[in-house]
Amino acid sequence: MEPIRTLRSRTVVLPVSDVDTDQIIPARFLTTTTREGLGKHLFADWRYAPDGSARPDFVLNQPQAAGCTVLVAGRNFGCGSSREHAPWALTDFGLRAVISTQFADIFRSNALKNGLLPVLLEQDAHRWLLEHPGADVTIDLESTTLTLPTGAAVHFPLEPFARYCLTNGVDELGFLLGRAAQIDSYESQRSRP
Amino acid sequence: MAAPQTLFEKVWRHHEVVAETADTPAVLYIDLHLIHEVTSPQAFTVLRQRGLGLRRPERTFATMDHSTPTRTEQVFGDAPITLEDAARQVSELERNCAAFGVELLGLRDARRGIVHIIGPELGLTQPGKTVVCGDSHTSTHGALGALAFGIGTTEVGHVFATQCLLQRKPRTLAINVNGALQPGVTAKDLILAIIGRIGVGGGTGHVIEYRGETIRALDMDARMTVCNMSIEAGARAGMIAPDETTFRYLAGRPRAPQSEAWAAALERWQQLPGDPGARFDREVDIDAAALEPMMTFGTNPGMVIPIGGTIPERTGDPAFAKSLAYMGFAPGERIQEHPVNVVFVGSCTNGRLSDLRAAASLLRGRKIASGVHMLVVPGSQQVKRDAEAEGLDRIFIDAGAEWRESGCSMCLGMNGDLVPKGHYAVSTSNRNFEGRQGIGARTLLASPLTAAACAVRGRVTDPRELL
Ligand code: SF4
Repeated sequence: MEPIRTLRSRTVVLPVSDVDTDQIIPARFLTTTTREGLGKHLFADWRYAPDGSARPDFVLNQPQAAGCTVLVAGRNFGCGSSREHAPWALTDFGLRAVISTQFADIFRSNALKNGLLPVLLEQDAHRWLLEHPGADVTIDLESTTLTLPTGAAVHFPLEPFARYCLTNGVDELGFLLGRAAQIDSYESQRSRP
Repeated sequence: MAAPQTLFEKVWRHHEVVAETADTPAVLYIDLHLIHEVTSPQAFTVLRQRGLGLRRPERTFATMDHSTPTRTEQVFGDAPITLEDAARQVSELERNCAAFGVELLGLRDARRGIVHIIGPELGLTQPGKTVVCGDSHTSTHGALGALAFGIGTTEVGHVFATQCLLQRKPRTLAINVNGALQPGVTAKDLILAIIGRIGVGGGTGHVIEYRGETIRALDMDARMTVCNMSIEAGARAGMIAPDETTFRYLAGRPRAPQSEAWAAALERWQQLPGDPGARFDREVDIDAAALEPMMTFGTNPGMVIPIGGTIPERTGDPAFAKSLAYMGFAPGERIQEHPVNVVFVGSCTNGRLSDLRAAASLLRGRKIASGVHMLVVPGSQQVKRDAEAEGLDRIFIDAGAEWRESGCSMCLGMNGDLVPKGHYAVSTSNRNFEGRQGIGARTLLASPLTAAACAVRGRVTDPRELL
């Protein structure tokens, strides 16, 4: 995995709360057996009209969304299914961070494993971002701060191990495989099934 | 003396290979790993890319359920699976399980079914175990006193290769339920009311333990319905302390411990319930006696009201307005008497034998309303056989419903069982998200009793009117 230290981007704002995984990637696209190519189905039912044409009123279809890597969503993002297809679709589309005031647990965990940063902001900064689409933001992982174009730097929480993995490009599987000796001794000591 | 521990803490401690520190999450050992065709292929790909195998193949167990057909001629006959991609997923799972030595309940296996139905049914799920699956409703298995939670596909790969996961210890939430449920009010109504109360994000970061006399009085099927929807409140897992009801349910199941091993297991399991005085991070009290049959009116399970109630108003909340617009409802409206087009009884929430019995009890000697399409999909082939042995299939078919082979079916419509655009579907499943049951489908979540009552009348109906 590529290390991430800072992200700079204009934001694209999707002011919807409780965005669930069925919206991020509808179930009919889960029949794939690979993880690539899901970006074209991201938010499919909001992005495309029934005839398959792009809906001009949906924010990701608008010209100013091009090249943005930071998505600002309403409160509580990613609830619902455990499908990792949700962060795969977001990253395949080109996004590297999602900003909200709450993330569903499994979504957050899946996102971090795919180099997609869930940025949990307090309400004031979040409201400011919702009200200022296209704002230029800088997200710094070393200091875990998000800097607004006003110059204000807002702290966001990030589990230290997740930060370590992201900033060093460490993959968790490698870390777990490195614990083989402890796993061996756990298995040999325990009597339970 | 050690500090009193909750059920969750005991199970967590038993499985800590390495305890968490400020800088690193715990390495948690996984006893049982269940897989299915949708969230496993990319994990097998990672094993191949890195030249790894399964550390403990005997702890992983595979079934197919999400994209499998439910029409008998497609499962047991020669009719092809309609969806090409679904067929490819099924055959890829067969190939992967053969290559990596994983036991698979294939499409025609008599033990096949929805992953969260068959784990308990076969006795694979047991008190005190850690159970994971690449599926969020893994919380179902917590009804037996297991710590069970959904994981992503990357983590499926971690369990394959190491039998462990890196996990931060969640917080604990006790939901204390007391009072007797009124006739016509079921476990489904209880969990919908709980989600309505704490909200779809109310359990985020927590493991819920359901406690109290109402929970103790529930049978195992009903307990699984409750734990199943813990994830709809955002919780990592839901658990219920094992007791005599749990032990009676497990005794004699094919994969449960037998004879001497049973006695030893029972002794361990009896130690699992939380110690007196054990503390939770949060507690919520629910009065079960005050509950009524519940139904959702919006596009998340927290948007729920008593079936006779009116849709609330939430000014200044665009998400709420958008949701009502999708559903074709307005604040102040009643949902009762609203026409219904589709009724679905099934899923890992309400696809067990007692759910089918409940639905059949209202349909016996009645017909479903003309114009209503009702689909009854047992949660497993075992549930199907048991239901047929009691003649429930005849009741459904005589009433005008379709009776199918087991699978997830219309719960998420991956296999082509879909609700048409704009139609109202009363569903016993767990998610009413936009488009979940088909593009533009409008889902009303309810209990099997309520679903059957709605089928009979062709309108949203309080089941107590037909009891
Ligand atoms: S029945 Fe529905 S919720 Fe349950 S596992 Fe299948 S798709 Fe998921």
